[in-house]
Amino acid sequence: MNRIVVALLAVLLAVAPAGARAAGGAITLLNVSYDPTRELYAAYNPLFAAFWKRKTGQDVTVRQSHGGSGAQARAVIEGLEADVVTLALAYDVDAVAQNSSVLARDWQRRLPDASSPYTSTIVFVVRKGNPKHIHDWSDVARSGVSVVTPNPKTSGGARWNFLAAYAYGLKRNHNDETKARTLVAQIYKNAAVLDTGARGSTISFSERQIGDVLIAWENEAFFLQRTSPREGYEIIVPSVSILAEPPVAVVDGNARKHGTEAVAQAYLQFLYSPEAQRLACREGYRPRLTAVLGTCGTRFARSDLVTIANFGGWQAAQAKFFADGGVYDQVYGR
Amino acid sequence: MTRDPIPGRVAALAATSAIVALVVVVPLAAVVWAAHGVAPARLASLLVAPRTLAAFGLTFGASAAASLLDVLLGVWAAWVLTTRTFPGRALLDAVVDMPFALPTAVTGITLATLYGPHGWIGAPLLQHGIRVAYTPLGIVLALAFVGLPFVVRTVQPVLADLPRDLADAARGLGASPLAVARRITIPLALPAIATGFALSFARTLGEYGSVVFIAGNFPGRTEIVPLLVLTHLEEYDQAGAAAIATVMLAAALGLVLAINALQRHVVRVHAGA
Repeated sequence: MNRIVVALLAVLLAVAPAGARAAGGAITLLNVSYDPTRELYAAYNPLFAAFWKRKTGQDVTVRQSHGGSGAQARAVIEGLEADVVTLALAYDVDAVAQNSSVLARDWQRRLPDASSPYTSTIVFVVRKGNPKHIHDWSDVARSGVSVVTPNPKTSGGARWNFLAAYAYGLKRNHNDETKARTLVAQIYKNAAVLDTGARGSTISFSERQIGDVLIAWENEAFFLQRTSPREGYEIIVPSVSILAEPPVAVVDGNARKHGTEAVAQAYLQFLYSPEAQRLACREGYRPRLTAVLGTCGTRFARSDLVTIANFGGWQAAQAKFFADGGVYDQVYGR
Repeated sequence: MTRDPIPGRVAALAATSAIVALVVVVPLAAVVWAAHGVAPARLASLLVAPRTLAAFGLTFGASAAASLLDVLLGVWAAWVLTTRTFPGRALLDAVVDMPFALPTAVTGITLATLYGPHGWIGAPLLQHGIRVAYTPLGIVLALAFVGLPFVVRTVQPVLADLPRDLADAARGLGASPLAVARRITIPLALPAIATGFALSFARTLGEYGSVVFIAGNFPGRTEIVPLLVLTHLEEYDQAGAAAIATVMLAAALGLVLAINALQRHVVRVHAGA
């Protein structure tokens, strides 16, 4: 009996110190992020570590955590001690601010460009030669076209997809909401599968050869082209899309506790530096710095981009489109 | 004062209760507690929404179908493994446990690829007009994979311990192998089969990882209850998620209790006969 108690205590003690970090001279940061940024931050972290070493002489190690944007936000709310969050939607960072005491509500005003140092947009990936002649959202809504897009209820990326299609519907129909809904309804009727996350959809489209068109983040589309060059996937840029602005924020409460405020702040600010912007560009994200966009931006096709502000911000968009009984639920009208 | 014939009974009982409470009851109570913030009106509208009802129907139906399939396959597998010797038997015996060990997401991704319209099994089936991936059938197959070892591992030891002389005597008296199975082997193994079914059923009700990859997740058609729970969590609606989970828990508890009662009844009838 005593031995069991000792064993239990030993387990508890072994688990407990996982929360206490930043001991000694070396600094550790925890960056809690969403799925597709794995490659971006794997490349950015050494760049920042070198910069910080030059500037202060300190060694900094950044640990990364990736998952669905909403699930990651929930983990931070429930006590995952992230020093910084770099998520897919401002809505998820807002949720951290609202449901915990570790992040100030005005987080989005603390860094330039609404705290999103890089952007992306929503594009189509089609199979070699574009056999179904998909050029715009109206083609995606055509009957007989099979569509792969994740589930907007569980995926942040999928919500951008939905809003991009809706924006097109509004623009082409003089802001007629009914017609925009019809278009979106047709697109979701064409869905062959609603994976729970963006990477899941990429896998369905590429590995399982499901669907004629994948609606995806632009950076994910580049990633797919780069990783499977033999498939000859083509990227189609629709006439109207949305400027996706993934936000970043220092989680003040945690950083204060770990004594990492300065380095966490620098970690995010350095994302706006020319070097980091060039790196983001190489990884398929659109840089904010126009100078950098000029040198590496040829891969980013121009289209008419709306922003989340056109929908009244994420809180309003979430309530109108994705909440229980919202437009998305009505589209599946049951 | 009479001494308890079993030394340390109270201590053992206390320790067991404490461990069960800590590991099982506390987390379950936390789920129910998290649901308490839901207003009754909202709870009612949440639970009778067609989408919620469809998800419940699908989840319980698919779990029941998968567990029945597991009973058929599992009893057969257990019987072969206990009564036959053949090369590779030990390996096959070990392979049965693999669904226990495999991360369920791996199961789901593999099955979706295999049964997908271009998969090794999915493509030929599709030529015969049978769609597996992204239909309820795919969900049943994924659940059957996850639940199978529960049936095999509960039935196998019982079959191994069956008195051989009973079957031999019946055979000697002229009963066909089928009659022996029907009149002796299966009745004797029935309590174990029921337990295997109950375990498989309970396990597959909550299964998420392997299902979401093959289900297609279409609202009202192939959306399971665990996905609905996750959906509410994504909306930061923890109370709504907990409410659905609580109903799920209550229904599962009721069903497992009923199956256990049925099993005891079977044992009693059998002992009396």
